[in-house]
Amino acid sequence: MALVEIDDLTIAFSGRPAVAGLTLRIDRGDRYGIIGESGSGKSLTALAIAGLLPDSSTVAGAVRFDGAPLPEDERVLARLRGKRIGMVFQEPMTALNPLMTIGEQIEEAIVLSEVPDVANLVVPDLLDEVGLSPSHVGRYPHQLSGGQRQRAMIAMALASRPELMIADEPTSALDVITQRVVLDLIAEICKRRQMTLLFISHDIRAVATLCSRVGVMQAGRMVEQGAVADVLKSPQAAYTQKLLAASRMDRRPAPVASVEEQDLLAVMGVSRVYAQGGLWPWRDPPLRAVDRVDLTIGAGECVALVGPSGCGKTTLARMIVGLDSASEGRMLLDGVPYRGRDLPPGSRAAMSLVFQDPFSSFDPRMSVGTSLAEPLHLLGVMSREERDARLREAVEAVGLDASMLTRYPHEFSGGQRQRLAIARALVTRPRVVVLDEPVSALDVSLRGDVLNLLARLRAEHGLSYLIISHDLDMVAAMADRVLVMEAGRIVEEGRPDELFARPQHSLTQALMLARLPDVA
Amino acid sequence: MNWQALRHNPSLLIGLVATLAFALLGVVSIWWTPYPIEQVAIAQRFQGPSPAHWLGTDHLGRDMLSLIMSGTLTSFVVAALGVLIGVAVGVPMGLAAGAWGGAVEWLVLRISDLTFAFPAVIVAILITALAGPGETNAIIAIGVFNVPVFARVARGGALAVATQDYVAAARLAGHGNVSIAWRHLLPNIMSLLIVQGTIQLSLGILAEAGLSYIGLGTQPPATSLGLMLRDAQSLFLIHPWLSVVPGLTIVFIVIALNLAGDGLRDAMDPRLRHQGLAHGAG
Repeated sequence: MALVEIDDLTIAFSGRPAVAGLTLRIDRGDRYGIIGESGSGKSLTALAIAGLLPDSSTVAGAVRFDGAPLPEDERVLARLRGKRIGMVFQEPMTALNPLMTIGEQIEEAIVLSEVPDVANLVVPDLLDEVGLSPSHVGRYPHQLSGGQRQRAMIAMALASRPELMIADEPTSALDVITQRVVLDLIAEICKRRQMTLLFISHDIRAVATLCSRVGVMQAGRMVEQGAVADVLKSPQAAYTQKLLAASRMDRRPAPVASVEEQDLLAVMGVSRVYAQGGLWPWRDPPLRAVDRVDLTIGAGECVALVGPSGCGKTTLARMIVGLDSASEGRMLLDGVPYRGRDLPPGSRAAMSLVFQDPFSSFDPRMSVGTSLAEPLHLLGVMSREERDARLREAVEAVGLDASMLTRYPHEFSGGQRQRLAIARALVTRPRVVVLDEPVSALDVSLRGDVLNLLARLRAEHGLSYLIISHDLDMVAAMADRVLVMEAGRIVEEGRPDELFARPQHSLTQALMLARLPDVA
Repeated sequence: MNWQALRHNPSLLIGLVATLAFALLGVVSIWWTPYPIEQVAIAQRFQGPSPAHWLGTDHLGRDMLSLIMSGTLTSFVVAALGVLIGVAVGVPMGLAAGAWGGAVEWLVLRISDLTFAFPAVIVAILITALAGPGETNAIIAIGVFNVPVFARVARGGALAVATQDYVAAARLAGHGNVSIAWRHLLPNIMSLLIVQGTIQLSLGILAEAGLSYIGLGTQPPATSLGLMLRDAQSLFLIHPWLSVVPGLTIVFIVIALNLAGDGLRDAMDPRLRHQGLAHGAG
């Protein structure tokens, strides 16, 4: 018997449909996954089931929960949500109330669900079920880690013993290891409680791990649905095939014999120390975000720095590119010594950085061409023709058209923006490019293209890359050498195939274990 | 910001139209008023509204409409120049605090704390004691009062913008703090400043009225709305009309500016715009 039935659902905002003609059926006990890239309408579908669509939307079609249409009355609807549907959101920090302790929030969820139990008796069981200890009850959201916050959210969603749990990208704000733990937790709870799950994700592998049935959404339409095994084994829709192809990371061929002996960039005993404790700095020992790190990058080499969030890899990258200064140690770029911000302009031109988030890396009030031309400032005075020629060369290198330079960032999609960010990094013809999670903010279907582009540019221009990431598959596909970082130190180093086949350090092993299995 | 934003936001439209109407009324008074405002005609004093004098005449027989027009101009000019001083001094201070941080930020914040501690009236009394009363002094007093407001708004906006990757990208491109503040920070906090400017303008008009009322602002024979209230106060029980007209004018101008300010904030703040879509996107 179907728990959720959606018939020909259309959701439109001021005349533009965001979801069109969607029909969906989730049986009791199903674990249903919706895959789609951002803007495909998958979150709206979930909100429609919970009756949480914004007022500005116009809705046509029917949503039935347990055979009955969603009640019109807001109070009845709220009671339905409170008692029978549990929701887990993407970003637990904003979904939890920062002024209430975790225990109070879980208790509130229990009270609202009107389950005739005594709240404070249930809380410990719930915490235990999601793997939090009783000592977490009195803590505030900011005192918990991302994974713990997501566990608390799940405990709140479970409080009412819901029949349906909706999890909207519950792991995309978490690092790989935590992601795997949370996915396993959700799977285990669903099995134990025989709960129906609606899982929304852009990661086809997370869906394959967790779900029994899957629906693929593209631009507001459901293009394919069925059992996970069938869909992934023999995808019918072209879009599904494309998604599947994109989720496989093939090794990008390294340019042959381009790695020279000489080190282009050398980092020698670099540390970054932050004082802690505010007014009483002697109370807490200073935090060593980066702790005596040594690394070298040869000319033409691609080195990857891997580690969980908070291990200091971004801090290290910021010092290497000259956004921050090292507390100890020094660096050498092509023979020029520096400590960070004191990197001379001539050397700055030889190195560039591609940011993780393509949406915040361009000034919204500046045309893309002006933004791209900014680094040319480092090369001194340049004639207008030369400047335009450089811009055209960089933009065409990333596969975009020079006529796009007069447009503004909001006119571009995420993938195009990341290409433009790469173009900006290339405009000074650098020798080293630092890539900070270059594809993690992009939809899975776009990642392959951007990685291919990076591999091609490396071969054509003889670039050296330093890739910062927590995505082992991407690293395995791109890097010549991998460094694993934990708590500010480099704990393991090696060629990716050898390192991932025989991980020595416990962190590397944990990272390998957290990898989601390949699909198909 | 475009015309569509105006149509979807009636309060912004009403606020802007009313503000412009009052401003226009004031500007016209530079070239033309129904009667010269210095023209004293005791024989015709205390007249009610009539076709000859639309808003009647005051205790000296001057035409009230002419006085209101001229007074509105004074109020707008004084408040606008005060806001301009605040922007010219406060915004660079705030941007510097945001771009440099550290000791510069500390200094800017302490200076604005210090200025905040002196209300406009106290500053005006100080200036009056030194240089005598007058419009210029009212402008300076309102300007001093506006400096810390704009410094803080600019700093707050700049801090939020400074964490964006494009500011880091500009740093990597070798741009210094001045260049980053000018190229990236200022354009991106402009909408904040425009909204704050509108609100400060309405506060400035109130402050000018207050200063003129206690005799520290505009001096006769020039006139301002506050000064008209002061002239009428002793006659309030006999001729309430003389106080009601300038009083209501002040109220309407301030309401119009506040409506425009709130409307501009709604229209310019991307977080509030398309709230529905942003909520369900994904």
